[in-house]
Amino acid sequence: MVNAPVSFSDKTAASALRERLVVIGNGMAGCRAVEEVLLRDPARYDVTIFGAEPRVNYNRIMLSPVLAGEKAFDDIVINDAAWYADNGITLISGDPVVTIDRATQTVIARSGRVEPYDKLLIATGSDPFIIPVPGHDLGGVVTFRDLDDVDRMLAAADKGGSAVVIGGGLLGLEAAHGLSLRGMQVTVVHLMPTLMERQLDEAAGYLLKTELERRGQTIVTGGDTAEIVGADGHVSAVRLKDGREFAADIVVMAVGIRPATGLAKAAGLDVERGIMVDDHMVTSDPNVLAVGECVQHRGACYGLVAPLWDMCRALADAITWDGATGSPSGYEGSVTSTKLKVSGIDLFSAGDFSGGDGAEDIVMRDAARGVYKRVVVKESRLVGAVLYGDTADGNWYFDLLRKGEDITDIREALIFGQAFAQGGASLDPNAAVAALSEDAEICGCNGVSKGKVVACIAGGANSLDAVRSGCKASASCGSCTGLVESLLALTLGEGAVESGPKTMCKCTSFTHSDVRRAIVDKGLRSIPQVMQELHWTTPDGCASCRPALNYYLLCALPGEYEDDQKSRFVNERMHANIQKDGTYSVVPRMWGGLTNPRELRAIADVVEKYDAPMVKVTGGQRLDIFGIRKEDLPAVWADLNAAGMVSGHAYGKSLRTVKTCVGSEWCRFGTQDSTGLGVKIEQMTWGSWMPHKFKIAVSGCPRNCAEATIKDFGVVCVDSGYELHVGGNGGIKVRATDLLCKVETEGEAMDICAAFIQFYREDAWYLERTAPWIERVGLDYVKAALFGDPQAVSRLATRFRYSQRFMQDDPWARRAAGEHAELHQHLAEVRPFQMETV
Amino acid sequence: MIGDWLDIGSVTQIEPGNARTLPVRGGEEIAVFHTLDNQFYALVNKCPHKSGPLSQGIVHGNVVTCPLHNWNISLKTGEALGDDKGCVPTIPLRVDAGRIYLLRDAVIGKATA
Repeated sequence: MVNAPVSFSDKTAASALRERLVVIGNGMAGCRAVEEVLLRDPARYDVTIFGAEPRVNYNRIMLSPVLAGEKAFDDIVINDAAWYADNGITLISGDPVVTIDRATQTVIARSGRVEPYDKLLIATGSDPFIIPVPGHDLGGVVTFRDLDDVDRMLAAADKGGSAVVIGGGLLGLEAAHGLSLRGMQVTVVHLMPTLMERQLDEAAGYLLKTELERRGQTIVTGGDTAEIVGADGHVSAVRLKDGREFAADIVVMAVGIRPATGLAKAAGLDVERGIMVDDHMVTSDPNVLAVGECVQHRGACYGLVAPLWDMCRALADAITWDGATGSPSGYEGSVTSTKLKVSGIDLFSAGDFSGGDGAEDIVMRDAARGVYKRVVVKESRLVGAVLYGDTADGNWYFDLLRKGEDITDIREALIFGQAFAQGGASLDPNAAVAALSEDAEICGCNGVSKGKVVACIAGGANSLDAVRSGCKASASCGSCTGLVESLLALTLGEGAVESGPKTMCKCTSFTHSDVRRAIVDKGLRSIPQVMQELHWTTPDGCASCRPALNYYLLCALPGEYEDDQKSRFVNERMHANIQKDGTYSVVPRMWGGLTNPRELRAIADVVEKYDAPMVKVTGGQRLDIFGIRKEDLPAVWADLNAAGMVSGHAYGKSLRTVKTCVGSEWCRFGTQDSTGLGVKIEQMTWGSWMPHKFKIAVSGCPRNCAEATIKDFGVVCVDSGYELHVGGNGGIKVRATDLLCKVETEGEAMDICAAFIQFYREDAWYLERTAPWIERVGLDYVKAALFGDPQAVSRLATRFRYSQRFMQDDPWARRAAGEHAELHQHLAEVRPFQMETV
Repeated sequence: MIGDWLDIGSVTQIEPGNARTLPVRGGEEIAVFHTLDNQFYALVNKCPHKSGPLSQGIVHGNVVTCPLHNWNISLKTGEALGDDKGCVPTIPLRVDAGRIYLLRDAVIGKATA
C-alpha cells in the first residue's frame, strides 16, 4: 500500500518550453482531466498535481467495498506511481495548496512551495458536511470521505460495539453496511421519513428499509439529531430531539457534501454554491478551470462520479484546442443514475421521478420476488426510473433516458424490460402473451399454465373473476392479472370479456373486498406494504384509496396500527368540519342530546371569545359553532374540554350522534328509559371509526319521536322490550330500516348494537353507509353473521369493545395539549415593507 | 442571489404528504407542499373552482385533491386535472441546504398586485 508523502519528478529539459498546467486536487476529477489532456496532446503541457492526501490517486467511490472488506486499497488505485513518472507528471502529495495568486499566476502550498502556472485546474472536490450539533467535535465522530476515514472506522470496528450513522443517503447506507459486516451493531439515523429520498420514492424506500432491518440494522427515519453525547472526550451516544438515545462507540456523519470552494473564493473567482464554470469548464478567470464536485455548471452541482467523465472530456477538448479547426465540444450537464453498493440489494435510480406536467407513471410490482419498478414517461420520452429488487434493465432505461429516444412504439411493454419490449414482433402485450407456449406458467402462486387458463376460458369463464374461481389463476397475489386479461381478450375477442366488479380505484385491479381480505389474510400492516403486496399501479395511491386503506388497517389492527394523518380527509385530520370559506365548525358531544348550564356557558363563552358568527342547533341534537379559524381550533377545544366536553366527531366517518326522546322518565307515553339507554349507547360507541358516518337513535315508544327508523341503528322501545332496526337513511335516498330483531333487556340491546357495528366495520366498503351495504349484501347475510352461531354476537361485541379501548381517547384533548401543532399553525407569515412612493 | 429568495423555513417543518400555509399581508395566502416523493411546491392557497384551501387537501403523487369538491390540482403547474378547467398561480420555490426559499417577487408581487 502506498500511504506516505510521495513526490515524483521527471522533468526533461524541454519542459521549460511547454505551457505549465497546475492541477489542485489529486482525486478522480483532477487525474481524469489530466488523462484526457494527455490522450489528446501528450506534449502540450508540463503537468504538476497537488494532492492533499499523502497517496496516489484512487477510486473514491470504491471506498465502500474497502470498508466492507470486499476490496483492498491496492485494488482501487487508479493511477500508481509509475503513471505519474511515465507521463512526466510532478505529484506533490501531502502538501496542499493554500493560496492562488491570480495576479502572478502562481499557487502557494502549505510548505511555502511556489508553483507558477499558465493554466490552473481546480479539482478540489467536496467536503463532508458536519451538522453543528453539540458534541460534533468529540473523538470517534468521523466522516466518510477518504481512506483515513475508512481506517478510523476499521479501527473502531475491530473493538466491536455500536455504531451510529447519521444520514440515510447513499454514502451513509454504504458506511452502515460496511460497519455491520465488520460486526458492529449499527443504527442509521435519517432526518427524512424515507431512506435515500433524493433517489428513491416512498415505495422503494420502504422496501430498502425493510431489507436493512431484516439484516439487523436499526433504521430510524424522521430522526433529528439533537446532540452527540460523550464521555472523556469520546463519543458514547447520539441523542435525538424526541429524546431517544442510541449508544455509539463511533458516529459516522454522512449527511451530505458541500463543494470545496474555499481556495477559489479566496482567489476572487465567482462562486455560488460551487465554483461557477461555463460549458468549457472555465471559471470567471480565463486561465483558471475547474472540474468535478467543486463546480457549479448551469445551476447544478453534482455529487456523483459519472458527470466527472463528461466534464473532463469537455475540459480537455477546450484546453488542447488548436484555436483554428472547428470549435471544442462543450459540457451540457449530466443526467445521473444511482446504484447502491450494498451486496445483495439491487437498487437503481435515474432521472426525474417527481412526475409533473403530462408525466405518467408506469408501475410494476411483484411481491413474491420483492420487486418494484417504476418508470416515468413524459411526451413519449422516458424521464425517470426507480428499480428495486430487479435492476437488470437499469442500464437500458438509463440509455433510453439519456438519449431521449421516442418510446411510443415500445410504451406498452416498457415496464417489462428490454427483452420484452424489444423482443421482435411482440410489442403489443397481447401479442407477447400469444407468443407464449402452452405450458408457460401464467400464475406462479397457483402453478397455472397458459394452456390451463385458456382451457378454463374456453370452458365458459368469460371474466377475470370466473377465471379466478375456475382455475385459480390470478386468485392469489394478483400480479398475473394483466396476463390473464390478455388471455381473455385473445381467446374471446376484446368485446366478449365481461368486466368484473368495480375495483377500489384506478390504482389497483382489486375490489374493496379483495383488499380487506388480503389485509387480514396476509397480515399486512402499513399502507406502503398493502400497495406493494397488492401491486398498486401508482407510487403512493390517490385521494380515494389512501383514506380507505388507512381505515381498513385501523379496523384490522386496533391498538397496533398508527393512524396515518396524511391519508385522512381534511375534516378527520383537523377534527372539525371545513366550511366553504375555509373556516371550521365545531360540535362538542352532548350525550344523548342532554346538556347542562356548565356546558352551555362554555359554548357561549367560546362563541363570544372567538367571535363565532353563527351557532346552530343540529339535527343530531347538539350545537354547532361556526366560523372558527384553524389556528384557533386547539384553543377552542381546550376551553370546551375544561367544561368536560369532548369531540362530537361531527366531522368523521365515525359514530356521530345518538338521538333520543325523553322516554319513560317524563313522557306519558314512554315505555322505557330511552334517554338513559341513548346515553349508555353513546358512551359505548363514541370515538369509533367506521366505513362511513353512523347515526343511532333511541325512541321511547312506537310514536318514534327520535326518528329511529331512518338511522343506521335504531332502537324503538315497546312495553315488552326493545325493537332493534338497522340500515335506515334520511339522506339523498330515504330508506326506512329493516327490523333486525327484538330483545328484552337493555344489556342485550347494547350487545347487539356493538356486534352490528363491528360487523359493519369489518365487512362494508369504505364510504358505504349501512343502507347501501345492506342492500348489496342482503339482510339475511347480516342476520346470519350475527345469529347464525350463538356465540357470534358475543365475539363481535368483544372485538368492538377491545377496539374501543384505543379509540375512546378524545382527539381534541390531544390537539389542545399540542399534538400535531403543525397542522394548525402557519409555517411563517410574510409582511412586506410598504415602500414610500412620492 | 439570496436577496431574491425568501427563506420561509426548514424542510423538516413540513411532513411529507402535508402542506403548511404562509399568509402574506395584503396578499394571497400561499400553501407550501411536501410530497411523498420529497418534492416541494408552492401555490396560492385557493382552488380555482370555489377557492377551497388546497393546503388542507390530500396529497398524492404531485397532485393535491381540494378538500371542498375533490378537484385535482397539479402541484407543478397549478392547473386543474381531468375534466375540470382552471389554474391557480404557482410560486417558484427552491430548496437549498435544508431550507425552503420562495421567489421574493412572486410572493410580494402577489401582495402589491
